[in-house]
Amino acid sequence: MAVETDHGIGEAVAARIERRWATLSIVIVGVLVGMATFIGIHQATMPQGRVETADPGTLHLSGEFIESNLGSAVEADGSVTVRAIGQQYSFTPQCVVVPLETPINFRATSADVVHGLLIEGTNINTMLVPGYVSVLPIRFKALGEHVMPCQEFCGIGHQGMWGKVKVVDKTEFLNRTAAKRRLTCVD
Amino acid sequence: MLTNKRLILSHFWLAFIVFGAALVLGAWQMFERSPLNAWHFNPEFYYRSVTAHGSAMGYVFPTLIAMGFGYAITEASLEKPLVGRRWAWAGFFLVAVGAVVAMIPVSLGLASVLYTFYPPMVGNPFYYIGVVMVVVGSWIWVALMPINMAVWKRENPDKPVPLAMFANVAGSYLWGWTAVGAALEIIFQILPVALGLKSTIDAGLARVFFSWTLHAIVYFWLIPTYIAYYTILPRAIGGRLYSDAMARISFILFVVVAMPIGVHHLFADPQVGAGFKFMHSVFTGLVALPTLLTVFTICASAEIASRLRGGRGAFGWVRALPWQNPILLATALSLVMLGFGGAGGLINMSYQLDASVHNTQWITGHFHLIFGGAIVIMYFAIAYDLWPHLTGRALESFGLMRTQLWLWFTGMIVTTFPWHYVGILGMPRRMAFYDYANPAISPQAFSVSMSAVGGLMLLTSGVLFLIVLIRGQRAPASEAGAYRFSVPLHMPARIPVALNSFGLWLALMIGLTVVNYGYPIAQLMVLNETNVPAVYVGASR
Repeated sequence: MAVETDHGIGEAVAARIERRWATLSIVIVGVLVGMATFIGIHQATMPQGRVETADPGTLHLSGEFIESNLGSAVEADGSVTVRAIGQQYSFTPQCVVVPLETPINFRATSADVVHGLLIEGTNINTMLVPGYVSVLPIRFKALGEHVMPCQEFCGIGHQGMWGKVKVVDKTEFLNRTAAKRRLTCVD
Repeated sequence: MLTNKRLILSHFWLAFIVFGAALVLGAWQMFERSPLNAWHFNPEFYYRSVTAHGSAMGYVFPTLIAMGFGYAITEASLEKPLVGRRWAWAGFFLVAVGAVVAMIPVSLGLASVLYTFYPPMVGNPFYYIGVVMVVVGSWIWVALMPINMAVWKRENPDKPVPLAMFANVAGSYLWGWTAVGAALEIIFQILPVALGLKSTIDAGLARVFFSWTLHAIVYFWLIPTYIAYYTILPRAIGGRLYSDAMARISFILFVVVAMPIGVHHLFADPQVGAGFKFMHSVFTGLVALPTLLTVFTICASAEIASRLRGGRGAFGWVRALPWQNPILLATALSLVMLGFGGAGGLINMSYQLDASVHNTQWITGHFHLIFGGAIVIMYFAIAYDLWPHLTGRALESFGLMRTQLWLWFTGMIVTTFPWHYVGILGMPRRMAFYDYANPAISPQAFSVSMSAVGGLMLLTSGVLFLIVLIRGQRAPASEAGAYRFSVPLHMPARIPVALNSFGLWLALMIGLTVVNYGYPIAQLMVLNETNVPAVYVGASR
């Protein structure tokens, strides 16, 4: 009889400890999700808001991704727009030049298969899916050069698809835009 | 009471043969892309190898383990022969033939598209047909598991379904539904193009379909491991399972929340809007819950076993555990890897942190640690535990087993920790080689070499594993007795219907998937201008 009672008590204790742990687990998950939500909204680090499209079949003929429109351009409000294309197995422009401490709107797409790009030493990272435009608000806080590899398997030449990003002083950048509407490293 | 030993053994042997072959490829890849290799091969060989390694390790190996272990659980826990034995054999042959059909074009270099397919690149149709055959073969198992449970329930109306069987059926439902995403992608999008009936494809939509499969497939791989934690470990170390009900809740949670979270693979993709990325991020957080519950229950069960053996103190009981026992060793090492891998997973779950690691070597390190580490080491344990019951011969190389498990663990840590590190530095995934002479890349060279050494350790461990099994097949015959699962500490007096059946949970599983995937899929389906020309790989057309 005593054993029975002990068993009953033991079971109640076991269930109580287990409930406590379950509650703690729910709190842990809740805090993590809450943190991500708060940072996402508070610091406006939400992913791309809407879906934009671009036909890879006519990219080179019309629209914002024609060759003469690729590269970095200064907008009326002082921000910079960078437009780029990924294709097997290079980026156009192959070297992107951007000014320091300036809000930059990065717009890119793919001309053939799925590519991606990331800029090493930064948190800039996006996919390039043919048919869709990837839009990314970025800002550089230090001068220098970064490598920009394609981060998605895009065929047997994938390992050779490395671009570059050069961050230059803002006045130097503006001086160069005076001579040319769309900048790349080689201009 | 295992009656269909040949069926089960065939699944395990084929699984481990496929695993061994894919392991050789994996180790070669680690070497090929490291600075240890001064001479580069044709990069195409590398991508061929990655396609074969991924397809074998992702689609064939764990599927065969889940199937074979599932049949063993059915017979041992329900204590009756499997219903649908012929169907089970048919499923086995479909998987086996499908694997061969898929691997022929891959090894010829006609389908180097990686196991994640990547349309609009399109390879030889037989690759996709082979993969579909593997999945259809496994769907026979998916159908047989609930049927066996239903038959048993009808014969035993008042008894709760044994935990092992309940979890096994949960795994079968999970796989049945999660495979639908990739099946839709292959059947309606890729195959018509591969067969030449169509020439355009929506790559964005294909990625959304694939993400439906790609995340939850990991939980399908994981279920046999969790079944082993709950129903093998406590028995193997002479203890009791802490809680039967919590175990059921964990498996149910996997079924319900494993699917509607796949878009976290697409955080950096342009074809899904921010709202659904947020939803999937939140649900990804929820899927940590069953794992947190499991870790508690398993550690508590181990403590019970230890205290029964005289273990004392708040932490002293850890020392009193039977560390000579390979099942305990495997579980402990598995939980350590699950801890690190799970922490990495929580990082990937938030799209802010994901941006710094997306498609870098961090991700490769992450899933190798979880799948290759935490999950596969328990597949070894399952094989060690089941083998004497399947072969009727004792498995006695305990020292070799422990060496093998330690080597696998060490190898996995040496491989994946540097992998995570170079990922943070920004090293991209899936490249045949890197220019280590480039000053931007040269700091990563040492870590990549270390990973290659880890790969070699894993290969050695894999060879040891096969040696243990082969030795077991040659040992003198001995009767292993009936195969048993662990008993809960407190046998519940009654089990609520919700924890003994799946109706409600399946409705939630499908409902949540429709809620979280319905709109993104519908939106992309009506968007016709995003169909882009296919790019055929391999054969010249």
